[in-house]
Amino acid sequence: MLDFVQQLVSGVALGCVYGLIALGFVLVYKATEVVNFAQGDLMMLGGFFAFTFIGMMGLNYWIGFAGAVAAMALFGMLAERVVVRPILGYPQFSIIMATIGLGYFLRSVAGMVWGTDDFKIDTPFSQGVLRIGSLVLAHDKLSVIAATVILCALLWLFFNKTTLGTAMRASSENMLAAYYMGIPVKRVVSIVWAISAAVATCAGVLLAPITFIHSNVGLVLGLKAFPAAVLGGFGSIPGAVVGGVLIGVIESMAGFYLAEGWKDVAPYIVLLAVLLLKPEGLFGLHVRKKV
Amino acid sequence: MRFLFKTDYEDDIRLFPHSGYVVSYGLLLAVLLIAPYVLSSYLMSQLVFVCIYATVGVALLILTGFTGQASLGHAAFLAIGAYTAAYLQKYNVPFPVYFLAAGALTGLIGALVGFPALRLQGIYLVIATISFAFIVEEILARWESVTNGNEGMRVKAMSLLGVTVSRDSPTFYFLCLAVLVLTIVGTLNLLRSPTGRAFVAIRDSETAARSMGINVALYKVKSFAISAAITGFAGVLFAHKLSFISPEMFTLQLSIEFIIVILIGGTFSLHGAVLGAIFIVMIDPFLTYLKDDMPGIIAGLAATFGAGAQSAGNVQSKVAAFASLNGLKGAIYGIIIVLFVLFEPLGLYGRWLKIKLFFQLFPLYKRATFKRQKIYVKSERNR
Repeated sequence: MLDFVQQLVSGVALGCVYGLIALGFVLVYKATEVVNFAQGDLMMLGGFFAFTFIGMMGLNYWIGFAGAVAAMALFGMLAERVVVRPILGYPQFSIIMATIGLGYFLRSVAGMVWGTDDFKIDTPFSQGVLRIGSLVLAHDKLSVIAATVILCALLWLFFNKTTLGTAMRASSENMLAAYYMGIPVKRVVSIVWAISAAVATCAGVLLAPITFIHSNVGLVLGLKAFPAAVLGGFGSIPGAVVGGVLIGVIESMAGFYLAEGWKDVAPYIVLLAVLLLKPEGLFGLHVRKKV
Repeated sequence: MRFLFKTDYEDDIRLFPHSGYVVSYGLLLAVLLIAPYVLSSYLMSQLVFVCIYATVGVALLILTGFTGQASLGHAAFLAIGAYTAAYLQKYNVPFPVYFLAAGALTGLIGALVGFPALRLQGIYLVIATISFAFIVEEILARWESVTNGNEGMRVKAMSLLGVTVSRDSPTFYFLCLAVLVLTIVGTLNLLRSPTGRAFVAIRDSETAARSMGINVALYKVKSFAISAAITGFAGVLFAHKLSFISPEMFTLQLSIEFIIVILIGGTFSLHGAVLGAIFIVMIDPFLTYLKDDMPGIIAGLAATFGAGAQSAGNVQSKVAAFASLNGLKGAIYGIIIVLFVLFEPLGLYGRWLKIKLFFQLFPLYKRATFKRQKIYVKSERNR
């Protein structure tokens, strides 16, 4: 039983990691209907920025964290301006390819600038553990869970309760109509990219003690976070986190109870099964086109 | 400029609309047939890869370009074809039999993948095909009794009609070329048949296609099966060319490369698959060439423009250091993809058409002819 709970908790922690990255996917999709395949790489870049500020320049952890978030928000806006804005309005396929290209580019540039070694950042959470009875929880994992819950709640409030959030939802439904209603669509899209890059950076920095930072971390985790977002139904913020937690728990359970090899495949098998039964994900909207 | 007057449906669906086509494609075929006796063995080997990639490109075009179903799982189909060949070859099955068997098995699996894909749209379909590819990759790595796991499998040289055909011989090149040409001709025929018309109708509007009485599910499954089968054939050739296969050759990276083939070539015409394959396969030797020769050339230029020998040498070593940074290839790949999506969404074949039209209409060419329409009312979420 204890094994089960321990696996469950570590699965939830892992799942929150996926959920955090998936949040970034969902944000961009929710506001612009663009699927950003470079999300994982934005996370990786955020981690490297934080490493530069904290590990190389010796800044305080929190100042470095804030600096990395701010820098990445600017970078997100830049990426949107250069790569995404010219092709808004074209078929989704073009935009997917463009972000895949951006991902390639970021990965190799990061490899050239920071090298291909693993880096780690010393964080206030790296060391301690929390004991509840005989259950052992590492602080770094708890920090990820807490950050995911807080970010998810903040973003949900932002999207559903603020004017800017409503403007974002409006421009995702119909950019032209939103523009006619006086919403500055271009600025809205650029803010969304800034937010999603900032969320990605939070994920990257919180992950640094767990997965380390290297130039391929974004690809590896991004490919896990992507099913999480799909499982939750692309476009639902709580869905992303639930999907992430599901994938994380399935992965850690499969790794513990099933034969070797199932761990990596199990999330995808579950994903295919869910898509078969509910093609729009667990929390997705089902809308039919009217002709 | 030539005007074609079509008076009959037969005129409209002709494979060669006018005699110019026969001449130019005949010339191309002649050049390709004498190529092995002229080119170096390295270039020949690249040419074989062009044929294989182009075959996969055509397969992907049927599915993505003409039926509108995106797939990031074609590396898995290629792997199934390759492994079927390698496995059957161990039991001394003759080449023609396992060639066909690989195609049939891959086609069957493609149809099986097509069924779940029926209900999926856009991004969900992409992720479903990625999942499928991951699962296949893992099976190949774990099913050791058949696939030999991560150790990989050796593929012996094929024997065709009792003659051993090595992977570097002209005969192997001719075989790959024949497969490519047959695939292209077959696909052209498919596309002018009712099945092909149904594919295009589904791509343009599923709802409209259904209203016209097209069985959307059936044709989607057919499209998946045909595309997978062709990829399976290419997989057999791929296995023979590499002579060694292991699961880590068939990753998502390869699937993305195949998508890049049709994206760079152009997704609206079969020419795109071939042009894209040439681009993707030839970029490697080109980058190597740049890496070796570019520093000297730039230093030479610097010297011409008045730099002293000292600073020219400096420039040369700087450029050489930059060119040998590892990961540069990935960055160039990324930039190429982004630039194509941004500036040449119709791909290389689109560029060729534009150049051709420019000269045909000489002073009257206008850019707006090829301008794409932007749609700001997103339909992908609710269709």
